[in-house]
Amino acid sequence: MSELIYKSAAQLSESLAKKEVSAREVTQAHLDQITKVDKAVHAFLFVDTEGALAQADQVDAARAKGETLGPLAGVPLALKDILAQEGIPTTCGSKILEGWRPPYSATVVKKLRAAGVVILGKTNMDEFAMGSSTENSAFGTTQNPWDLTRIPGGSGGGSAAALAAFEAPLAIGSDTGGSIRQPAAVTGTVGVKPTYGGVSRYGVIAYSSSLDQVGPCARTVLDTALLHEVIAGHDDYDATSINAPTPPVVAAAKRADVKGMKIGVIKELSGDGYESGVSERFEESLEILRSQGATIEMVSCPNFDYGLAAYYLIAPSEASSNLARFDAMRYGLRVGDDGSRSAEEVMSMTRAAGFGREVKRRIVLGTYALSAGYYDAYYGSAQKVRTLITQDFAKAFSSVDVLVSPTTPTVAFLIGAKSNDPVAMYLSDVATIPVNLAGVAAMSLPAGLSEGLPVGFQIIAPAMKDDRLYQVGAALERELAAKWGGVLTTKAPKLNSSAGA
Amino acid sequence: MLTYDEIIEKYEPALGLEVHVELGTKTKMFCGCPTEFGAEPNTQVCPVCLGMPGALPFVNERAIESTILIGLALNCSIAPMSRFARKNYFYPDMPKNFQISQYDEPICTDGYLDVEYETPEGMKTFRIEIERVHMEEDTGKSLHVGGATGRIHGAEYSLLDYNRAGIPLVEIVTKTVLGTERYAPQIAKAYVKELRDILRALGVSDVKMEQGSLRCDANISLSPRGSGKLGTRSETKNVNSLRSVERAITSEMHRHAQRLEAGERVVQETRHFQEDSGTTRSGRSKEQAEDYRYFPEPDLLPVAPSAEWIEELRAQLPERPSAHRARLQQLWQVPDKEMAAMINAGVVGIVEETVAQGADPTKARTWWLGEISRLANEREVEVAEMPITPKDVAEIIALVAAGELTDKLARQVVEGVIAGEGKPKEVIAARGIKVVSDEGELVAAIERAIAAQPETAQKVRDGNIPAAGALIGAVMKDTKGQADAARVRELLLGLLA
Amino acid sequence: MSRISNEEVARIAHLARLELSATEIAELAGEMEAILGAVARVQEAAKSDVVPTSHPLALVNVTRPDVVRPSLTPESALSGAPASEEDRFRVPQILGEEA
Repeated sequence: MSELIYKSAAQLSESLAKKEVSAREVTQAHLDQITKVDKAVHAFLFVDTEGALAQADQVDAARAKGETLGPLAGVPLALKDILAQEGIPTTCGSKILEGWRPPYSATVVKKLRAAGVVILGKTNMDEFAMGSSTENSAFGTTQNPWDLTRIPGGSGGGSAAALAAFEAPLAIGSDTGGSIRQPAAVTGTVGVKPTYGGVSRYGVIAYSSSLDQVGPCARTVLDTALLHEVIAGHDDYDATSINAPTPPVVAAAKRADVKGMKIGVIKELSGDGYESGVSERFEESLEILRSQGATIEMVSCPNFDYGLAAYYLIAPSEASSNLARFDAMRYGLRVGDDGSRSAEEVMSMTRAAGFGREVKRRIVLGTYALSAGYYDAYYGSAQKVRTLITQDFAKAFSSVDVLVSPTTPTVAFLIGAKSNDPVAMYLSDVATIPVNLAGVAAMSLPAGLSEGLPVGFQIIAPAMKDDRLYQVGAALERELAAKWGGVLTTKAPKLNSSAGA
Repeated sequence: MLTYDEIIEKYEPALGLEVHVELGTKTKMFCGCPTEFGAEPNTQVCPVCLGMPGALPFVNERAIESTILIGLALNCSIAPMSRFARKNYFYPDMPKNFQISQYDEPICTDGYLDVEYETPEGMKTFRIEIERVHMEEDTGKSLHVGGATGRIHGAEYSLLDYNRAGIPLVEIVTKTVLGTERYAPQIAKAYVKELRDILRALGVSDVKMEQGSLRCDANISLSPRGSGKLGTRSETKNVNSLRSVERAITSEMHRHAQRLEAGERVVQETRHFQEDSGTTRSGRSKEQAEDYRYFPEPDLLPVAPSAEWIEELRAQLPERPSAHRARLQQLWQVPDKEMAAMINAGVVGIVEETVAQGADPTKARTWWLGEISRLANEREVEVAEMPITPKDVAEIIALVAAGELTDKLARQVVEGVIAGEGKPKEVIAARGIKVVSDEGELVAAIERAIAAQPETAQKVRDGNIPAAGALIGAVMKDTKGQADAARVRELLLGLLA
Repeated sequence: MSRISNEEVARIAHLARLELSATEIAELAGEMEAILGAVARVQEAAKSDVVPTSHPLALVNVTRPDVVRPSLTPESALSGAPASEEDRFRVPQILGEEA
């Protein structure tokens, strides 16, 4: 049954519906693959073998009874460990939450369960989603299945690696500055950051509340759309959730037609700093879209140059407040409570012991940026940049339907290459960050390989026009897949149990 | 030490009052947990009010409406756009280690409240200007274990109950109040009382100071007359009754004056009022300004009430308490001085309720201002907090009117109800209180009295009617006060005619 | 660009309740300087006539009706607590002002 793991979610959905295969068989095949390769990849922090099989059995039973099931019922999924799942260890990649089993589930988790999606387990991530390499996880680095000496991107490196290693056909990520799209780019997978407010954040451990957005990840554009439709929609537990119908993403992925569409290339997100292999794949993709009937034009978004700086003020500021709750009082780690120390001392000791280096760095940075006397110069100025970037997008979208750029300036770098230079690491997200600042929607999908490593192509659509991402992405994917003989991950190395172990 | 008169002669007091009101909504400010007072610990909590990872706040619409109602009742402007902000500081009773509050964009601003206070020259009115009214959330409650009497100092550890965490709070902040002169303590008390009456009339809170649903922080400073600038202020917390508002401010005025006279500095700090001694104790010094790192709450969107919404709420405003009182005074034909006494004792509402239960307004007023006020004074509590209801009082008044109780017996019944012996009828039954109306029994008692005091009886026969008092007294004593004195007098004079 | 002193980092770390060693503080001071140097350029773009954006959504008045939703049980609420007693969270002694 091992070929099951190479199938797309759409294909599995069809086989399951026709009862050619059971949800248990599909789930077991993926659990076997995890057993086989995860020592090398380390995509998972927790594998819920029993829970997954029990869910699969429920789906099979429901199907046997003739119940109407959603398209993804019985299809397995890898869940980023940033989402609370009742009774299942949820760490957010941090020692401070080690062993915590939430008494409630995130809305997205409830929606997945209701749709019959089988949750295999929780995936590795940079601690509290702060990072671009998954090296900041308190529980070890995840390896990129394309080259085990390289990073899988971050913060959602575990979810992306799980897809590229065929441990799951679907995954959930969260994207604050690129944490879905950058890992998708460097692992040759597809990832979407929906419009801010399109998917509920309830139960998603907050990094930067005004930037965070949960999104779907998969190996194909259609699979991503199918998952998008399951998780999106209004939630009366999230005040920032948009109360409007979800854009028709599945229909758009099936239409896959760019004829007559206007595509804008963002001038500021190209050229210097972008590897030649990345630029070449990007240009080739543009050429395909042009040949499919789209018009390509250059668009300038001058304030994007300030995006990275604004992000590294806004995100740490909100994070410094969001992470204050990890204080050893109500849940999680407690250090130093020997009966002689005060609550305040225990808080400080626990936070020092429980948070990793990058998290402390961002908490200190954010606390500083919000503190008296600095607010206007840092946080206040960053919010103004946010306005300017939003205006740049509005202007650009007044003349084009979507914007495009390379997702990342480089392919996956070597593990350890940037871990001692935070500023260099932060540059990984230069092309993805403006999207979060404005709350618009974006996708990364594979554009090909550069020296054997995946390159990502980013598509950006206006808020609540997420369907356009799928329309353009599916059109480009169709042409590229035809050229490659399948989506890019079919070219990924087939890992075996000895690899890298 | 300066006397109060001397303090006022040398210094000008400046007040600032911050009142926190717990709204009486069914659910918390940002989650759907219930808000019942006195529930078992941690039974009214959820991921949101426990600050669990991933949980998000969601604003209670009724809390916003209540706040707007308060703002309108206090003559405030309602901001066309207001925002929630995070106030960041670590404290174990605050689950997220930030409080969702409002900072530079509060929902209501620039209002006022006219309060009436008693002076030797009669009632006067003083206008207190309101700076802002804003929304925030309450904290949990901690129980300190191992130290003396549940105090924080010396405790070995603490136990936290988060039932109260997230209950909607409205903070009402005055501008600096100048010009109160010697009446600073009385005006402060009158303000809190008037505010309490308004909030009760609005139905937005049960405003029970003793349960903490209305809390007052009193800021006070003294500046030497003619100095032209404000003195350093102290902020007194833990002021849990109207009476304490007055006492705390008086005490602080004395303390400030004493320091200033001694050439010492007044420290800017938080102080705690101590009910038993009537003085304040130093809390945390605020010399090093807190750095709360306020920023807009990113999990919530702005509140922008439309003009229609505001007008809809304005239409729900009840009659202003001062106007309501004026109407009652006319209706009941109460003299000014009596009305002032009622306002001062905070019994207008209770008298109104007693009248609504069928009692005569004058009788109702007499009971509440007289006997019940006296008992409240003995116990050092507000009349309104006495454990007797308007219904009980109305019932007792009716029994007196029907001749089933004498005034003296009625006082015993009131005492019994307040002592927790039950409802009036239960007290009467349990104490065996009854009016002796059996004429034969009364006549026998009168005859016994005449026999015991033949000389007095003779004086009455000779036309010295006032002398009958001694005999009537003896009869009342004989019947343990259960006889109707008027009837005794009638019978006695008849027998001695 | 101003130098971020060790004392300043220590003050910030205390505000954030992070007990950092002297070495960590010194390292962070250096890193903060580099990061702040890189991000301070937001000030170039932040002209006075630009309105700040605190949130990407332009919605207002998102409220819920005042209707009770289920709470957790005390067992569930306390399930992750490092210590508990009598259905309450047990925490070390609290210093500072009385609540």
